[in-house]
Amino acid sequence: MERKLISARCGVINPLSIDDYIKTGGYVALRKALRMERIEILEEISDSKLRGRGGAGFLTSTKMMGLAKESGPMKYIVCNADEGEPGNFKDRFLIENDPHQIIEGMAIIAFATRANHGYIYVRGEYDHAIEVLQWTLLEARKHKFLGNNIMDSDFSFDIELRSGAGSYVCGEEFALIESIEGKPGRTRVKPPFPTSIGLFGKPTLIQNVETLVNIPAILTMGGKAYSKIGMPNCTGTKLISLSGNVKNKGVYEIPFGISIRKVIFELGGGIENNKKLKMVQLGGACGPFIPEYMLDMLIDYERFEEFESKTGAGAIIVVDDRFDLFDLMLRVVRFFEHESCGKCTPCREGHAQLVILLQKFIDKKASMKDLISIESLARVMHQTALCGLGQSSPTAIISTLRYFRDEYIDRCDIWTN
Amino acid sequence: MIQLKINNIELSVPEKTTILNAARMNNINIPTLCYYPDLGLQSDCRICVVEIDGQKGLATSCSTKVREGMVVKTNSPRVLNARKTITELILSNHDANCTACPKNLKCELQSLANKLGIDQNRFEPVLRVKPIDTSNPSLIRNPNRCIKCGRCIDVCKNVQGMNVLELMGRGHDAEITPAYGRFLSDESCTYCGQCASVCPVGAIIENDETDRVWKQLHDKDKTTIVQVAPAVRVSLGEALGLPIGSIVTGKLVTALKLLGFHYVFDTDFTADLTIIEEGHELLHRVTNNGVLPMITSCCPGWINYAEQRYPSILSHISTCKSPQQMFGALAKTYFTKIIQKEPKDVIVVSIMPCTAKKYEAKRDEMKSDGIHQDVDIVLTTRELSKMLDQMGVDFAKLDETPFDNPFGITTGAAAIFGATGGVMEAALRTVYEVVNHQPLESIELTEVRGLDGIKETSVELGGNVYRFAVAHSLSNAKTLVDQVSNGTSPYTFIEIMCCPGGCIGGGGQPYGTIQKTRRDRIEATYLLDQSMPLRKSHESPAVKEIYRAFLGEPLGELSHKLLHTHYHSRQHT
Ligand SMILES: Cc1cc2nc3c(=O)[nH]c(=O)nc-3n(C[C@H](O)[C@H](O)[C@H](O)COP(=O)(O)O)c2cc1C
Ligand code: SF4
Ligand code: SF4
Ligand code: SF4
Repeated sequence: MERKLISARCGVINPLSIDDYIKTGGYVALRKALRMERIEILEEISDSKLRGRGGAGFLTSTKMMGLAKESGPMKYIVCNADEGEPGNFKDRFLIENDPHQIIEGMAIIAFATRANHGYIYVRGEYDHAIEVLQWTLLEARKHKFLGNNIMDSDFSFDIELRSGAGSYVCGEEFALIESIEGKPGRTRVKPPFPTSIGLFGKPTLIQNVETLVNIPAILTMGGKAYSKIGMPNCTGTKLISLSGNVKNKGVYEIPFGISIRKVIFELGGGIENNKKLKMVQLGGACGPFIPEYMLDMLIDYERFEEFESKTGAGAIIVVDDRFDLFDLMLRVVRFFEHESCGKCTPCREGHAQLVILLQKFIDKKASMKDLISIESLARVMHQTALCGLGQSSPTAIISTLRYFRDEYIDRCDIWTN
Repeated sequence: MIQLKINNIELSVPEKTTILNAARMNNINIPTLCYYPDLGLQSDCRICVVEIDGQKGLATSCSTKVREGMVVKTNSPRVLNARKTITELILSNHDANCTACPKNLKCELQSLANKLGIDQNRFEPVLRVKPIDTSNPSLIRNPNRCIKCGRCIDVCKNVQGMNVLELMGRGHDAEITPAYGRFLSDESCTYCGQCASVCPVGAIIENDETDRVWKQLHDKDKTTIVQVAPAVRVSLGEALGLPIGSIVTGKLVTALKLLGFHYVFDTDFTADLTIIEEGHELLHRVTNNGVLPMITSCCPGWINYAEQRYPSILSHISTCKSPQQMFGALAKTYFTKIIQKEPKDVIVVSIMPCTAKKYEAKRDEMKSDGIHQDVDIVLTTRELSKMLDQMGVDFAKLDETPFDNPFGITTGAAAIFGATGGVMEAALRTVYEVVNHQPLESIELTEVRGLDGIKETSVELGGNVYRFAVAHSLSNAKTLVDQVSNGTSPYTFIEIMCCPGGCIGGGGQPYGTIQKTRRDRIEATYLLDQSMPLRKSHESPAVKEIYRAFLGEPLGELSHKLLHTHYHSRQHT
């Protein structure tokens, strides 16, 4: 059921050995790219229908074309390796097991879009991943895959490493840019989008780690062939971070279109300690909770979007029936209350009120009015927050109001209002 | 032109218009809170959201541009519910004790809540009370009222180039505070009050001293004197229901007399005097190889800036006191003698467009007898309008009264002090004639007028051509000051005013000041100048008289003692 397109080397080669990477076909795609016309590379990526793997699922070729169109002497490529959302660990897995792939992907895109400098923004807590990347950058430079005149071509490009101060919101594009610029991580008003005015005011393309490692694979097999993998509008493979009360936790690479149930029960080996599955949180902390009867849903961005959330970083968090729905949601909301950057009203003030309202349900002191309030508040936050954090953090509540509404009503004191 | 539909009305607006402006141009009002014309877009309050067909979430109309065929709803149930919810959220973390707030009835949050029909809040109060910043004589910062709209940060950073205020902390603990300390006095704040003039609520506000003035007015043992700055007469009217740019000099004098002041004088008198002293200082520097360029000193916000951020250029600043302080010094020496009173029994109040003047009046240097402050209390234009409201007069219907003498006869040169470029123009009107011994052909120096950030002119004096420059708002001032500090300034004399537009745009002026307001007030200022019989400071008979009867000569010993001052470095580390 797994389809190892981008994780084939993981656990097989020595990640610190550039020779291992080259022996297994590494940097062949970059060599090929350097001999292609820039527009051909962009067309391959367009043919592949690759979508961003960082959560929003945006068509990668559109963003790349956007950057390619910008003129000007300075353009940046940023690899987003902030991965701060609880339940996600696939970017770390890629960095620690096959780091050269990221560099190769960045270099190809930089060449195709005429970008001249790159950054990898790694989550501050990822000590080992940072060390691996430092070594990898040195090695790549030594072997002329980075720096001036890459592989003796007239193309020059280098990458610097930056690490975050451990705040989740820094994974958001503009907050990340502000953070690299040395300011507190807070988003900006869009538009303009980063591809026109980004890092240090220059056009900037920001892509997730997993998105980038797909680039060498696409160039190697061709965009058309790539687009045959997975689903018609959601092509390729996806790394799934499987965690929670499941037997075999870990990262799995599957083609899009496999059901959630198969991932949990076949790859994951089912529920731990012979417990019963109660629900699953999809995507990560800002994803929806879905009940057991929905597990046959296929993993596909289009389906995920129906949850009023664009969260598809690829986490599956399994919850067995020992857990209380409201305790979990309180934990989720508290996380976002702490991580909110404080800039916009709905997110800054909304989480504090969600905590108060949830606590009422936990204490069985809620009224039907509170049910209406929590629903309305969660929706207003989702519809009006300035950045993706506040827009997606209420997803857990919105989804449980839909699929577990009875549990809310059971906890309401229906005689008061 | 772009065709779109708002609330089922077909509209056609220019490209790149925001939905908010498209609606406003067509008489559809979308409420806003963080939005302020002329300032940068914050888009963080989220009040101005609208529904756009085909779009999932709601969009902020302040930041979304119109597109061909767009269908927008500004009042759908979803939009109204969102606006109401957001406002309730703001109120849940706000000290909403409105009657105890100086911004009561002038508060944008209060009026928004009222418009949205919020009579109770679904959400629990979650305010964690924080200490109030009363560290300085000019401004009070009450974080418990702050709604984190970001306007103050923007004006301080982008208009003033100061960066004093910052959004610190995350999530619910986010707070707008001075970046490196709790209090404005911990930072190189200039007390310009631009932040206060844009704050939609009562979170940054001038230190209200109206009660102190009431007390003095009712103290039988005190003689009360009031002086009125040039910029106040073209702005007070708008706070009291008259059109923007109304000239209300005569009514203002009547109102101050009704309040009970014994003497109502004109700061324009000492503005004329400033021109004489400063003009002579300039000539002295030019002819004696003194430090040049010389920079004006009337603006206390600018002095605060220079002392804290550019101590190395302090010798460039004219030693002349500001007109407010020259007035105070003469009031507590010359005038107390005339009326045979002791300085301790005389109270000098100033009406100023400015919050930094409150700080200036409290400086140690500003005590002519070494004990009493020359100016006892400074009220902003806003505070005066509040006192007049309290007194209960119909300002528009008041008769006109002239200022009292001996500090009542003034010239058009003094009248224009309130507009950016005015001090420079007034000075050149005098310096030209003193040096060239011939009348100035055209006394209106249009090159230094108007709202361009930096303006320049050159004038021939005694056979040499000299260059002069004018800057208003501190971000523009910085450009000129940097040249001075690195020795590349091509100018002989520079005027700097800290507030955009000069004092007519001061931090103590009526709320709602935008570029158009500044323009209207400036226009009124030049009308005043044109209407005056005398338009050059050195022609003022009152000025001639005070030199004859008291001061002796410009830059003389007594002038030096009473009308000049010195500056010192107050750099923060
Ligand atoms: C609060 C927040 C946190 C985010 N964190 C991450 C992250 O850790 N890694 C990531 O790749 N994208 C993250 N994103 C998404 C990015 O903003 C952006 O969409 C993504 O990096 C684009 O890359 P992609 O198109 O390759 O997915 C986050 C978004 C939000 C709103
Ligand atoms: S939704 Fe608003 S407060 Fe929350 S993180 Fe984004 S910008 Fe900051
Ligand atoms: S008074 Fe002026 S300098 Fe001080 S914080 Fe306000 S805007 Fe900034
Ligand atoms: S102090 Fe006033 S202007 Fe500044 S953020 Fe708070 S409410 Fe807005």
